[in-house]
Amino acid sequence: MIRLEKRPEPSRAFSLATPLLAVVATMVFGGLLFIALGKDPLTSIQTIFWEPLFGEFAFYYRPQLLIKGAPLVLIAIGLSLGFKAGIWNIGAEGQYIMGALFGAGMGLAFYPLEGWYIFPLMVMAGGFGGWLWAMIPAFLKVRFGTNEILVSLMLVYVAEQFLASMSLGLLKNPEGFGFPGSRNLQQYESAYNADLIAGSGMHWGVVAAMIAVIFAYVLLSKHRLGFAIRVTGEAPRAAKFSGVNPTRLVLFCMGMSGLLAGLAGLFEVSGPAGQVTIDFNVGYGFTAIIVAFLGRLHPVGILLAGLLMALTYIGGDIAQSNLGLPAAAIQVFQGMLLFFLLALDMFTNYRLRFGRAEVA
Amino acid sequence: MDLSAINPILFIAGFLVAATPLIFAAIGELVVEKSGVLNLGVEGMMITGAICGFATAVETGSPMLGFVAAAVGGAALSLLFAFLTQITLANQVASGLALTLFGLGLSALLGQSYVGIKPPRLGDINFGPLADIPVIGPILFTHDIILYLGIALVAGVWAVLKFTRAGLILRAVGESHDAAHALGYKVVRIRTLAIMFGGACAGIGGAYISLIRVPQWTEGMTAGVGWIALALVVFASWKPWRLLLGAYLFGGITQLQLNLQGAGVAIPVEYLAMSPYVITIIVLVILSADKSAAPASLGRTFHASH
Repeated sequence: MIRLEKRPEPSRAFSLATPLLAVVATMVFGGLLFIALGKDPLTSIQTIFWEPLFGEFAFYYRPQLLIKGAPLVLIAIGLSLGFKAGIWNIGAEGQYIMGALFGAGMGLAFYPLEGWYIFPLMVMAGGFGGWLWAMIPAFLKVRFGTNEILVSLMLVYVAEQFLASMSLGLLKNPEGFGFPGSRNLQQYESAYNADLIAGSGMHWGVVAAMIAVIFAYVLLSKHRLGFAIRVTGEAPRAAKFSGVNPTRLVLFCMGMSGLLAGLAGLFEVSGPAGQVTIDFNVGYGFTAIIVAFLGRLHPVGILLAGLLMALTYIGGDIAQSNLGLPAAAIQVFQGMLLFFLLALDMFTNYRLRFGRAEVA
Repeated sequence: MDLSAINPILFIAGFLVAATPLIFAAIGELVVEKSGVLNLGVEGMMITGAICGFATAVETGSPMLGFVAAAVGGAALSLLFAFLTQITLANQVASGLALTLFGLGLSALLGQSYVGIKPPRLGDINFGPLADIPVIGPILFTHDIILYLGIALVAGVWAVLKFTRAGLILRAVGESHDAAHALGYKVVRIRTLAIMFGGACAGIGGAYISLIRVPQWTEGMTAGVGWIALALVVFASWKPWRLLLGAYLFGGITQLQLNLQGAGVAIPVEYLAMSPYVITIIVLVILSADKSAAPASLGRTFHASH
């Protein structure tokens, strides 16, 4: 007879070990999945986790790690603040889209004018767009008590339709021969979010992600607001007695995650993606949820988790072209990771007890 | 713009079809939530059901077997959620999200070789002369069996929850799992069964989209219906008949915006396509004032210390 016994305090050791154990378990079960798909599991795993870092073409893939990791980290940091406090913004994908649209719209409004002030204005507009989109569920939650999970998720679909409408209408490239999509911002110098060191993958989004990590770390460990976030998540009643204002906390956490998701969208559209297109968003907003949990909602953890998840994206692409591994397999792989993480997390809060329960 | 192009009889018959996936997914989730569990993985279970049903129907040539496979697929996926939340006591919101993300990936993987295929048709029930009654005939008596099954399921769930001992136990577990446990009811087992029922229903709902409503397989084709179903349960205040009403309302809106797109209304297509989601939000806002109907243990983790 196996029972679970609640630990008096969450185990620190397991808290650190579960993400690693989850990665190992995912590799094992992912390997089984690859066998089921008729691929050699070891080669597949090696292609996904080794090739991008140390393989023959690593010089090309390593910068990609920053390019793909930055939006994930940026969004996940924002989400983690809310998740810690039990505020569930799961519409980051929509906020990411709106940030990109606002930012790109700001830049394109100036076209073909050149000026140093254009890019900073775009950054502000991008952050504002994401913030605004997140404020809708936040406002509805504090004013009417509406469930923020459902509203923020619904707004993803609204944002996707809005994106389609924009790339076919207002933001469409007038010189694009009728193809959908905006002008390419990479060819508009004042608006281009170029690599700071050519070929390094290090664009302004990477810098912003670094700043966000440090900012979140300081906020959570040193600032009163960070304390309010943690205490609300761990003991909501205690939070009330200690004078935490739940309304302000919701507005802050949702707003912050929207802002960061919007920035991620702006940096992506003005840099690696280059233009607003119908399918410009690739699901970073949803993958960032996995990143946030995998990083245990801790800023440093999220940084590492973001890089790992970026690695699976890049490795997945390589495996797709080299081994013919379907793109969806990597999505399953990422989903599995979250499953194992959640399941193994049991050991952080509970202890397994063998033998019969004694009669009290 | 030519609104006369919209045939009211076909429109009503169409929205009954549009509402059916919602009815299945939402009534399943209603039972799950009545047992005190919040499963946000409806979208993932629906899309998994959609591909399981589609693949089975194509391979066997039998749409009915497809629906059975969809129910099994949805229930199997929901077992993962049950394991996470009931055995390893993981957070229900996070586990539900994981289920949706995993389901979307899994369905895309399973469905690779089924893109662009036409599934076998499930014929309408032959009501004989009833179908020839003007107006009422084409609206009510020209549908497939699954659509009627959906309505019957709502009635069944209502009756079970209201009149039977099993329904009473389910509600007791949802209202206070500690009290139910103290009375000797197996909370984990009851909840696991409820979760599986929800998964099977969501699977059938998904298959209704891929086999009858569209009918075709494309990645991510449920496009948020699972999430609307979750909103619908709140809309219905956890009451089966109000849920049916809500599903027809949303089905009507979906069908109306499709018809308006077809009729060439001056509103751009994208803004029409947004409308079901926007209206869901508005409805949620209007109804969120009253939370008293929610099961008291909803979303809380149950751990029997002894």
